[in-house]
Amino acid sequence: MSDDTTTTEAETEAAPTDEQRDALVERFREALGDAVVDAEVLPGKDVWIRIATDAWAESAEVARNRLGARYFGFLSVIDWMPSPFGRSMDSEVDRVLAGESAPEPPAMEQGVTGGSTRFQVLARVAHVGHPGDFWGVTLKADVPDDSLTVDSWVRTYAGADWHEREAWEMFGVSFAGHPGLRHLYLPGDFEGFPLRKDFPLLARQVKPWPGIVDVEPMPGEGDSDEDGEGAES
Amino acid sequence: MTAITDRQKLQYIAAQAADARVNVELEAEGMTLNIGPQHPATHGTLRIVARLDGEQVIAAEPIPGYMHRGYEKLTEVRTYAQVTALVNRIDWLGSFANEVPFILAAEQLMGVEAPPRAQWIRTLLFEMARISNLILFLGDMAVQLGAVTPAFFAFRDREYVLDQIERVTGGRFHPNFDRIGGLKDDLPQGWLADTKATMDKVRAFCDEIENLLMGAEIFQARTRGVGVIPPDVAQQYGLSGANARASGIDWDLRRDQPNGMVYPELDWKVWTHPDGDSFARFWVRLQETREAANIVEQCCDGVPGGPIMAKVPRIIKVPAGEAYVSTENPLGEMGYYVVSKGDLTPFRVKIRSASFNNVSIAPWILRGVYVPDIITILASLYFILGDIDR
Amino acid sequence: MSGAVLGIQMAYWQETLLKLGVGLAAVLLLTGGAVYLYLFKFVSFMQSRLGPMEAGPYGSLQLLAEVGKWLQKEDIFTENADRFIFGLAPAIVLSSTFLMFVVIPAGPSAVIADLGTGIYYVLAMSSLSVLGILMAGWASANKYALLGGLRAAGQLIAYELPLVLAVIGVVIQAGSLNLQDIVAAQSTGSIFGWDGIGSPYILTQFVAFGIFMIAVQAELTQTPFDMPIAESELVAGYQVEYTGIRFLVYFISEFATAVGFAAVASTLFLGGWALPASWGLSNGVMHVVGPLMISTKAILLVGVVFWARFSLPRFREDQLQTLAWKFMIPIALVNIVVTAVLKVAF
Repeated sequence: MSDDTTTTEAETEAAPTDEQRDALVERFREALGDAVVDAEVLPGKDVWIRIATDAWAESAEVARNRLGARYFGFLSVIDWMPSPFGRSMDSEVDRVLAGESAPEPPAMEQGVTGGSTRFQVLARVAHVGHPGDFWGVTLKADVPDDSLTVDSWVRTYAGADWHEREAWEMFGVSFAGHPGLRHLYLPGDFEGFPLRKDFPLLARQVKPWPGIVDVEPMPGEGDSDEDGEGAES
Repeated sequence: MTAITDRQKLQYIAAQAADARVNVELEAEGMTLNIGPQHPATHGTLRIVARLDGEQVIAAEPIPGYMHRGYEKLTEVRTYAQVTALVNRIDWLGSFANEVPFILAAEQLMGVEAPPRAQWIRTLLFEMARISNLILFLGDMAVQLGAVTPAFFAFRDREYVLDQIERVTGGRFHPNFDRIGGLKDDLPQGWLADTKATMDKVRAFCDEIENLLMGAEIFQARTRGVGVIPPDVAQQYGLSGANARASGIDWDLRRDQPNGMVYPELDWKVWTHPDGDSFARFWVRLQETREAANIVEQCCDGVPGGPIMAKVPRIIKVPAGEAYVSTENPLGEMGYYVVSKGDLTPFRVKIRSASFNNVSIAPWILRGVYVPDIITILASLYFILGDIDR
Repeated sequence: MSGAVLGIQMAYWQETLLKLGVGLAAVLLLTGGAVYLYLFKFVSFMQSRLGPMEAGPYGSLQLLAEVGKWLQKEDIFTENADRFIFGLAPAIVLSSTFLMFVVIPAGPSAVIADLGTGIYYVLAMSSLSVLGILMAGWASANKYALLGGLRAAGQLIAYELPLVLAVIGVVIQAGSLNLQDIVAAQSTGSIFGWDGIGSPYILTQFVAFGIFMIAVQAELTQTPFDMPIAESELVAGYQVEYTGIRFLVYFISEFATAVGFAAVASTLFLGGWALPASWGLSNGVMHVVGPLMISTKAILLVGVVFWARFSLPRFREDQLQTLAWKFMIPIALVNIVVTAVLKVAF
């Protein structure tokens, strides 16, 4: 119950799970061959596998039917383009922290397992076996910049239907083979793709968020490394 | 201005034409019944368009989106600490449970771990959020089946739990209490003893509901064999939580993935039911309410001393990285895929909410049922609109 | 019919007017009492809340406030509604309710029309309300209302049958269709020679009583048989488009019908207004005690209706039809046969 018991437990758990996740990546490599572009394992926590765009539908097939990841978690898209509007929270303090100058969009940089396109599709599937036999994996794939289309997962995971419709209307990424890409949340005549980084959040354009000035002090803490700005708040 | 009016006119004409088309189709085969978005059976504003043949449903499709608030976009312009106030409103009946996975994801990215006392209290409040959520389900299910009285019992007894949550967090519904690295405050004096007393009331409520409903012939006739979901279909659609367990899938993230919570140190049981019908879903949730009461009591006994806050910087910048953390929320698996670029705000947050997946099975499961069963099945799948629309 | 009420000679029109006035007042008073007692207070305590407390002592004037509220509200017709039929429907439902009370006796001579076929008149009048409900469902131009109306029609017709069949047992035993005769038969009857409490037919016709009360619950469209108005599915079924005074009319007729059926049930099975003949009370006393007796019995039976309404979940439409056709009607038929055989045997 004390602090040290929990940490030791976490450590003892960490080692075997790590092997298990490495083995999992190997099994994906075996099944998909070169289509596994990259993989990353966070020991004891999580695993990411990046699949080549062409093999996106096949990877679902493999994950579900061959590796037993029958549980469908979610499917979504990430827009890696840095926001052209900065963080839309240019308060006094924030600007100081950001280094004074007007927000300069940094270069596009993909996250874990890398990538080369602006949009990446990602999905989470999991294997649920007998009690305790549970692993999840995040699969990713680049979405080609010119066509903005990847294969649909609906044929493998029926639950991907709504997720792909959401991704389509929020990011403008099409899913080839989806039975009906209709609007899910937005009205039928909505223009634009709200979750793209270049879609302005109008409320923030009209009135910048006051930012971090109203961050309350942590309990029992008077001095910290960023004390200088804190005094103004 | 005129341009807008013209456009509106055109839209109106188009809408009328669409209606007329629907009406022509309607003459041909059955009747299209539009349930919602304002309807007592939809817990908010879900719309279901059902094509009927007499009382039988030929096809039904839920249309969400009437409560879409765009949280995934809004999180991108808020600091990590501010996000919890937003995500509170996703499943508003078990608000605290929404904060936890997000905070855990941020903690994972920062490499921070909450001190044990904070972990215990987190677990405690997490389970109390579950109870306050599930109590309402137990009452609401009865209302959807036509028995009004249990709902009043549910509202009465939920209030005891909410009172306790309010005493700690200051908010009945939206605690906004979880912080990266710990909790906002410590527990007030005498709270643990009062909470244990409250759990007796929760158990009494569960017994009362069991007596009122589970034994009733009519309740059984209305729920048994209605809306059966086989385990494999449940997994394909990503059904989680009690909906999956009612289909016989022995899976509970509290047991299988207890990150940042103290479930492994507690003595509790995962309830499953092999039937997969509406009755099974009700039964599993009833047992889970009892189990949650047990967990809360054990937490009350086991809370260790010590600080409630780990050492975290005053202004939180989360290191670049990606993390997906999910927890077993009252409605099912709730997870946040947080992408950080080392900034004050998250770069992207994908909110994986349980109800979204749970309801996406509706077109599959509503085919061929009777109109009253639409209500039974949706009630037993148990969704919160904020959790679908986010 | 004699032209004398309490010994005062009156013209026929005066007598009829007096009876109608007193009858209407009694029905509305009883209905109001039942609504306050059960819908407001009894149910509140069942659901662990207080119910109305502010208007008058213990909220007893709340009903007046509610009626006032409904009277003030706008009377809305939907655009596509068939206005004439839409407006007529509540009136038909209400008149079917009030016409039921015409033959229910409340004392030795306290009956508006003492018909020879009294009980069949009651059942016939009560089924008129189906017409009003169907009209409401169709004329509202609302799919929910239409579904509700159709469900109501199916249900009321299905439960009309067990209702009638349950009554036949009583009729065979009493040997009359006249409600006064049925009351008299129970009052003067004896149980194996003992006439201490007369012979209320609930003792011999308990099966019929059970079927009758279940069928009444269905006729009243109260839970567990409230699919026509199922608020969680059809919102309010055929009533969905009604507002203000027209909704009030439905409300009154719903509860007045409950009181009416409870009065019929007390007349058929619980001895009606009469006390056992062996107690030797004179007709003069019964003029006063009779109305009290039947009111008390009716109110108690209304309580049973409401108790069930607020305790049970609701059936599905097909389950309700199954219950009527596969269980209640056969049982009622068996009851008739057994009653007839015993009647001939003894």
